[in-house]
Amino acid sequence: MTEPTIYELSSPGRVGVRYPQPDVPLAELPQDLVRQDLPLPELSELNVIRHFMHLSHLNYSIDSGFYPLGSCTMKYNPKINEEMARLPGFAYTHPLQPIETVQGNLALMYELQEYLKEITGFDAVTLQPAAGAQGEFTGVMIIRAYHKSRGDSKRTKILVPDSAHGTNPATSAMSGYEVVHIPSDSRGNVDIEALRAACDETVAGLMLTNPNTLGLFEEQVVEVNRIVHEAGGLVYGDGANLNALLGIARPADLGFDIMHINLHKTFSTPHGGGGPGSGPVAVKAAFKEFLPGPIVEVLEEGDEELPPVFGFYQPTQSIGRVKAFHGHFGMMVRAYTYISIHGAEGLRKVSEYAVLNANYLLARMRGTYKVPYDRICKHEFVVEGVWDDAPEVHALDIAKRLMDYNFHPPTNYFPLIVREALMIEPTETETKQTLDRFADVMLKIAEEAHQQPELLREAPHSTPVGRLDEVKAAKELVLCCWLPEEAKN
Amino acid sequence: MYTPHTDSEREEMLKVIGVPSIESLFADVPAEYRFPRLNLPEPLSEMEVAAQLQELASINETTRDLICFLGAGAYNHYVPAAVDAILRRGEFYTAYTPYQPEVSQGTLQAIFEYQSLIANLTGMDASNASHYDGATATAEAAVLAYHHFRGKRTRFVVSPSVNPQYRAVLRTYLNGYENLEVIGDDVEKPFETAEDLLPLVDANTALVIVQYPDFFGRIQDLTDFAQKVHESGALLTVVVNPLALALFKSPGEMGADIACGEGQPLGIPLSYGGPYLGIFATKKDYVRKMAGRLVGETTDKEGRRGYVLTLTAREQHIRREKATSNICTNQGLMALAATVYMSLLGKTGLRQVAELCYHKAHYTAQQINQIPGFEVDLKTPFFHEFVVKCPDSVEEINEYLLDNGILGGYDLSNDYPALKNHMLLAVTEMNTREDIEILCEALKEYSHD
Repeated sequence: MTEPTIYELSSPGRVGVRYPQPDVPLAELPQDLVRQDLPLPELSELNVIRHFMHLSHLNYSIDSGFYPLGSCTMKYNPKINEEMARLPGFAYTHPLQPIETVQGNLALMYELQEYLKEITGFDAVTLQPAAGAQGEFTGVMIIRAYHKSRGDSKRTKILVPDSAHGTNPATSAMSGYEVVHIPSDSRGNVDIEALRAACDETVAGLMLTNPNTLGLFEEQVVEVNRIVHEAGGLVYGDGANLNALLGIARPADLGFDIMHINLHKTFSTPHGGGGPGSGPVAVKAAFKEFLPGPIVEVLEEGDEELPPVFGFYQPTQSIGRVKAFHGHFGMMVRAYTYISIHGAEGLRKVSEYAVLNANYLLARMRGTYKVPYDRICKHEFVVEGVWDDAPEVHALDIAKRLMDYNFHPPTNYFPLIVREALMIEPTETETKQTLDRFADVMLKIAEEAHQQPELLREAPHSTPVGRLDEVKAAKELVLCCWLPEEAKN
Repeated sequence: MYTPHTDSEREEMLKVIGVPSIESLFADVPAEYRFPRLNLPEPLSEMEVAAQLQELASINETTRDLICFLGAGAYNHYVPAAVDAILRRGEFYTAYTPYQPEVSQGTLQAIFEYQSLIANLTGMDASNASHYDGATATAEAAVLAYHHFRGKRTRFVVSPSVNPQYRAVLRTYLNGYENLEVIGDDVEKPFETAEDLLPLVDANTALVIVQYPDFFGRIQDLTDFAQKVHESGALLTVVVNPLALALFKSPGEMGADIACGEGQPLGIPLSYGGPYLGIFATKKDYVRKMAGRLVGETTDKEGRRGYVLTLTAREQHIRREKATSNICTNQGLMALAATVYMSLLGKTGLRQVAELCYHKAHYTAQQINQIPGFEVDLKTPFFHEFVVKCPDSVEEINEYLLDNGILGGYDLSNDYPALKNHMLLAVTEMNTREDIEILCEALKEYSHD
């Protein structure tokens, strides 16, 4: 069923919200600046509510079912997080209020910085970056500023493993670096020899995801980081996969210098249909002064009677602001809530069970699906979605067929180093029953792929729309709708 | 806490995996760094956490406790209850990027409607699905212009009356590009108009950035200015407050190439600065160069209308180092908030809110201008924010106002040394006449003391 657009639902003269009449004398409007037409729809409140309720029913979500989208950590988003972020004491504070009126906010931000430092092992944190990609940009600009501060201008390259997220090379390029790809070895690790060969005095740093996008722990991570350091480079940690490491290993201990943390993956803040995220960046002490400011610090220590006074600190060699105000505060409240509920023990359990769930699913699918780098995985794993004896079927078809069984498909065609990749991340919040159901369906689909390939090629059969014509969308490029003639006044 | 496994399930799962314990799943982690003791507070129950957070929240003084006249890029507006009712639908907020369109039509159509509303409001041909905030949207406009001219035009002319934080972010974003110059924003000349920038705009200029209403709340017709910018071949970006566009000429109508800005006034709570919404819209010539996600209309095999992410070949997950931006996660849920807000208010409501802001701000400005020692420029048109020249430092006046339950305006000397004793005041539909009178009384008392 197709839902009309808000423009199609519009009727001239309808009003959804009433506002009070002006209680002050009216001022004259500058007529030459006043807008003549405002082509916006006109609906009632109930029109609007029903419309968006209908739309919501067309979505798959974590709340409605299993969402094993690899690399995205689609874990349950606890409801208490939402309540806390909406507490009036938080939600109705203005970002430019005097600090003495927002000590609650600053205390929360300070504590969150401390928690993230403890969890990752780093020495300083900025909460400003809006998302993982902006965290990466922050980190790489810190690398740049660091080398520059030492008068080292030869370093023009950033090394990026071939399994990396697309954001890594994109970030390096937008930060003014040439990207050098490092191949993976047969165990899915960074190829040490290739890394050594690439490391020289022109290397500014390495961007490394650990566990990597194959879901595998970088077995020689300490050595990898040492090699880069020896060449004078820094190591940036892409924190997308931190959900595997809480209480398991601290990235700073492993030799990373800088890292971003995705609050919307690891710390359960919701993905919101594409955002907002939050991508705090953690660094070792040597890089603290390069962070985007301001960061929250204790201005006056507290004592038995008085709480500490929190305020802002502006790093002295800052790369500059990456975002207005203080970052996504609402996401910080949610992450703080999540960490408070878990404590150290609970967080370790998060990673342990995320890894247990992934390995369990892998064990159930192994043999039916080819596992190109087959060893104990961490929080996710990658299989091939193709069989030599079922050549018409591709990873995409498997993904679409899963929808008929009411599962969200895994990430597909990524990482690029795996043929017809299906990247599966179950997360720790799923039950064994759900995993079993999913595994059963994956095995059944493998059977269908061999016996009734057309069932997959034509899938999905049960969704509100079938496969959509993406070529047409790109060619005709209809990016907006307009008010229909009859709906205009 | 949210891990549902029973002991027996865990044992069964380990058996299937073929390992003796959960610990053995981490054998590949270097032993000396494995299982560090994390020094974090003891775990709390949901009930205890709720109490703890309530306690923290209650320490703050909010825009509900105080009478708020603070703006400067984030505004205190009323958000109708229906907006949050939709935002709280798990189907929306617990979904991710609609990479699989067959099971994401809700998100996709909502973004398509968002794009439509923003294009209509700004008078542009197309909008993307959002950037992080007004600051990064402005920076992305510069990046677009840089790539549009293939790096051959290296000058970026920025008005000093563009939000100071946006100018800071713009500089950070352009730091990675060699030999670019960002000029024009001389903070010693804060009140320069757009026309004053024209001598700087030359054949090497990629982009001119002005704000409308500007950081000081002022509005001016940019039509002639846009024409002059175009005569030198440069592009024009207008940073907007979307709410003002319900009342005043759109940047599209005035000839801008790119409209960007902060979408927070469209139904998004202040929330201490975020998450907000980066608006980004362009004329059709630049659509293919726009960063970020775009939703396009199409059909399925049966001819049913549907929506997909389109022109994805521009984006980082396809183009990798050749992408012009690394943006991935955006502000999807905030775009949904703005969509619901604009749908609810519609043509009449949005205009009404903008007019309420306008009239109340003008009344406030007139009243303050009559208080000895305080001065407001009433001749230059403005929307809902204006500069007050004060008899003392803004810090001192604000302390006095705070003691009287008022959240005073922004201290412009923070960013403009030339604007010592200048306060930026914002007035919205939330401020009643009584609020305004309380403010004026307090300022009068201050000037008497």
